[in-house]
Amino acid sequence: MIYLDNAATTMHKPQAVIDAVAAAMSTFGNASRGAHEGALTTSRVIYRTRAKLAAFFGCPKSEQVIFTCNATEALNIALTGLFHAGDHVISTELEHNSVLRPLYRIREEQGVSLDFVPADKKGCVDYADFERLIRPETRAIVCTHASNLTGNRLDIGRIGKIAEAHGLLFVVDASQTAGAARIDMEEMKISVLCFTGHKSMMGPQGTGGLCIRGDVPIRSFKVGGSGVQSFLTVQPPEYPTHLEAGTLNGHGIAGLSAAVDFIQSVGRDTIEKKETALMMRFYRGVSEVPGVTVYGDFSTEDRSPIVSLNMWDLDSAMAADELAQTYGIATRAGAHCAPLMHRALGTEEQGAVRFSFNWFNTEEEVDEAVSAVREIAEWARP
Amino acid sequence: MREKTLRLIVAFASTHDAMAFEETCLSRGVPGRLIPLPREISAGCGLAWSAPPGEEAAVREALDAAGIREQALRPCLV
Repeated sequence: MIYLDNAATTMHKPQAVIDAVAAAMSTFGNASRGAHEGALTTSRVIYRTRAKLAAFFGCPKSEQVIFTCNATEALNIALTGLFHAGDHVISTELEHNSVLRPLYRIREEQGVSLDFVPADKKGCVDYADFERLIRPETRAIVCTHASNLTGNRLDIGRIGKIAEAHGLLFVVDASQTAGAARIDMEEMKISVLCFTGHKSMMGPQGTGGLCIRGDVPIRSFKVGGSGVQSFLTVQPPEYPTHLEAGTLNGHGIAGLSAAVDFIQSVGRDTIEKKETALMMRFYRGVSEVPGVTVYGDFSTEDRSPIVSLNMWDLDSAMAADELAQTYGIATRAGAHCAPLMHRALGTEEQGAVRFSFNWFNTEEEVDEAVSAVREIAEWARP
Repeated sequence: MREKTLRLIVAFASTHDAMAFEETCLSRGVPGRLIPLPREISAGCGLAWSAPPGEEAAVREALDAAGIREQALRPCLV
């Protein structure tokens, strides 16, 4: 199989990640639950992984790296725990449902009002719109770092400056960038960074988290066992315990730790350059094919390694199935949980076929995918 | 059953603090180890650092170096 669905999850993981998970599964006790060597071993790995991630993302305090099972859970924790009735939040049309649905929920259940910065036909925003939408009760800007549909990146450094200038919280969904793109919470003025471990970080599924910069109180999303302060009737107030009830995914976190080590040994910048080169090779190849429409802004290479396209008026689901069944190429069709983005692109009915690239892909695989697109487009020609 | 001995016990608000303190002590050569939180210090559960009674100065310096505010620091028979 040629795996080009890395925006959904990276299938090929570094061997060190696999080895770390396997080793953890035969040596780990329950972190924070006891002082025997099995429990302490796990607690130490989790502690060190927080420190690695804090350094990797520029989060000043490692105890404010909170582990979750994915970015969606991190976003739910942040978005349901930050706001109060009457608050106003600005987001964008680039968002995934992992941002949109928590926002819609707090609009319904907490009385928070929302505005969305629009995207144009190329999936780009006008940064002046962020300032235009700010009003006295605005509390935060919540946005993705990169669209999971087009790969277009938002300039989060620029948005962070806007947020800081207006005294707003800045919450970033880094699902499509963490691990590959440079992120510095301090420099980019990010208040809360939500990330997943299983995409461009190349770690195990079931890992992710949120990093909190500065004094940002977030209400507990879930409460329960903490391994400390057991006679308190509420979740202990200290981070990370405040937001981490129940047993953590220690095995997965061990793999995530190895994934960070892998990224740093290869070099994040090196990984990003290779992924960008693969994406641009594919983009240039398919752009020449008659009947192919590519979505997104390719005037810059500062984007995530995603190319979404359609061929004539061919149903994207049929195209993806043909790619999988005839050519052995894994892609993702449909709406990609990004309804506002599809609406902005005018692809609500047809959806799109998304090709997404990773460190482990090769130029040969890219060329095979271009050939497959050429053949399918020729077949679909009206 | 081991006989109880007098130790200097440090209690923490979170496992993260306990881990950070252990790392700091190891790097500074402060003797001791993590143990289950003794009931004489606090009811409940969690981790505590058990050090020889004469190491209070080194323990306090390690707490400062790690930036940790302890929940309790006192001698205890464990």
